Amino acid sequence: MLRMQDISKIYRTDLIETHALRALSLEVRDGEFVAVSGPSGSGKTTFLNIAGLLETFDSGTYELDGRDVSRLSDDARSRIRNEKIGFIFQSFNLIPDLDIFDNVDVPLRYRRMKSPERRKRIESSLELVGLAARMKHLPAQLSGGQQQRVAIARAIAGDPALILADEPTGNLDSLMARQIMDLLEKINAMGTTVILVTHDPELARRAERNIHIVDGVVLDAPAQTPASQRQTAAHAPRAAE
Amino acid sequence: MLGYYLRLAVKSLRRTPGLTALMVGAIACGIAACIVTLTVHHAMGRNPIWWKNNVLYAVTMDSWDPRRPYDPDRPTVAPSQLTYLDATYLYGSDIPQRKTLLAFVQGALAGAPGQSAPVWAMTRITTAGFFHMFDVPFEYGGPWSAAADQGPQPVIVLSHRENQRLYDGRNSVGRTILWNHLRFRIVGVLAHWDPRPRFYDLTGGGSGDFGGSARAFVPFRWGSMLHLFPIGSMSCWVAPGAPPLQTYRDLLASNCVWITMWVELPTAARRERFLDFVNAYWAQQHAAGRFQRPRNNHLWKVSQWLRLHRIVSNSSRLLLRIAFAFLAVCLINTVGILLAKFLRAAPLAGVRRALGARRGEIFAQHLVEVAVLALSGAILGLLLGIAGLAGVRALYAHSYSAYGKVAHFDLIGIAWALALAGVSTLLAGLYPAWRVGRTSPARYLKSQ
Repeated sequence: MLRMQDISKIYRTDLIETHALRALSLEVRDGEFVAVSGPSGSGKTTFLNIAGLLETFDSGTYELDGRDVSRLSDDARSRIRNEKIGFIFQSFNLIPDLDIFDNVDVPLRYRRMKSPERRKRIESSLELVGLAARMKHLPAQLSGGQQQRVAIARAIAGDPALILADEPTGNLDSLMARQIMDLLEKINAMGTTVILVTHDPELARRAERNIHIVDGVVLDAPAQTPASQRQTAAHAPRAAE
Repeated sequence: MLGYYLRLAVKSLRRTPGLTALMVGAIACGIAACIVTLTVHHAMGRNPIWWKNNVLYAVTMDSWDPRRPYDPDRPTVAPSQLTYLDATYLYGSDIPQRKTLLAFVQGALAGAPGQSAPVWAMTRITTAGFFHMFDVPFEYGGPWSAAADQGPQPVIVLSHRENQRLYDGRNSVGRTILWNHLRFRIVGVLAHWDPRPRFYDLTGGGSGDFGGSARAFVPFRWGSMLHLFPIGSMSCWVAPGAPPLQTYRDLLASNCVWITMWVELPTAARRERFLDFVNAYWAQQHAAGRFQRPRNNHLWKVSQWLRLHRIVSNSSRLLLRIAFAFLAVCLINTVGILLAKFLRAAPLAGVRRALGARRGEIFAQHLVEVAVLALSGAILGLLLGIAGLAGVRALYAHSYSAYGKVAHFDLIGIAWALALAGVSTLLAGLYPAWRVGRTSPARYLKSQ
């Protein structure tokens, strides 16, 4: 799904250069659930932004879904983001004056889908996250957990191959956080690759693979856990609760 | 996507009603100021007979004093009227398809039913060609015949207003009326006809060019038959040693210019031939001792004639410049507000970019918002402009100023308003929309 080779990213100002990523190499296979962790300023978000084609990088190569996306134009990157990637952010990033239906509709609009097809996808995504009854609510009328579920519905409505989640539970209490993780696992179980950036070791443990980034390099990338075992492991603690 | 962008634009404008009102108000005020001044300017400078612009020509010759130009500010410009000698000679040419001479005299009308006392009626002495050349519309009857010009026959054409006043608007053709104590037969009554500016006779100067038309029309030769001195514009110069002007006969033989001449020349060949005719006459007179100034014979199209007479006043031009400067100030303020508003909402643009919107789509979305703003400003500006024009009319209702007479809104004004609001506001909105379109998708996602 994703192959990065020697990716470097330097942020420059007049006075200083900050090396956010230093020859970072990483491979994520189709259908994997990968958790990325690391201390603040280690380069996790930069990695996620580059993976999501939100930022360019200075050197290295990046293949996404078998295609080299290292030197694409801005428009081409936008199209790939729209078709292949779903984003979930820590602060939800819903559009406040659009209702839930219209928020989930945003990426589908840019794909120029016909209205009936868009409606079908929006309804089924909201159904999946359990908010089908709240379509006409504004984001401000929902709790934080519900808002994040809307963001997840928006991310999956376009049926992307890859979900990138940046601290999706960072603004939620632990119960809500677990519900969000359940949803992400459900989506992953349906075949979508998920990359999750998190500080929370408990959440990271629920991922198939953990990657630790420090000072812009990957420290370790433990071997893949079979999906069946991971499902059991992930649900076991919740059962114990 | 246009419908989607429109919906987003309306939502965005409703999200900040105060700012929206401020921007729409600013655009509307600028547009209204421009509408008022543009309408007045346009009405003053427009050609009321544009469809004949290439066939009607005013004739001028420089018969003025060899010691000084007619207009010291524009020494190369000849007088816009002709002497009686020159006008009647040139009128004798059969090269033009039609031709006419114009001057004003004072007339007294009497003898209408129920009329207790004579009324003064500014009368245009002219020829039958006048009505045909300038497409003058008739309510009743028609122009007099060419034969009536020769006699001259006692025939008269009344203006719509005069017929209203004397005959309550009824058909008066065939009736007789006393004009300067002589019995004249009414052959025609004009329909309402009030071309502005009064292109065919711009010698009134200032408001006169937009003022009232003649109340009655009689054949040109009645002026000389009755020894009626012209009223209105007449300029004279006297050669050193020549006797001063005393009698009407002196006037006819003098260097005074007081007759406007128009000819209809439908082809370039006829135009050339007539100009050759004028030049030949000039050469003959020059050889005989007249026309001692450099040869300056001209045939002026209506549009050139309007420009020559500087129909659009300097104050109107100045007002127009001030109005456009005001609009620019309004738009600059709008640009500032738009920029602040769009950049404040840049995180939302960042989210849209992350979800797959291309730069062009963000740009288009914001440009549609600007267009909605422009349209709102245009509509409000139109209403304010109409109110402003009504204000101008009310303000000048009792004065001779041209402003009050031409301050009427028309379709051209509406077109101007819409075009002006659309183009100027869209231009003003280009930069803010472009700026927000350049939003980096990653920049605001973490902080939003």
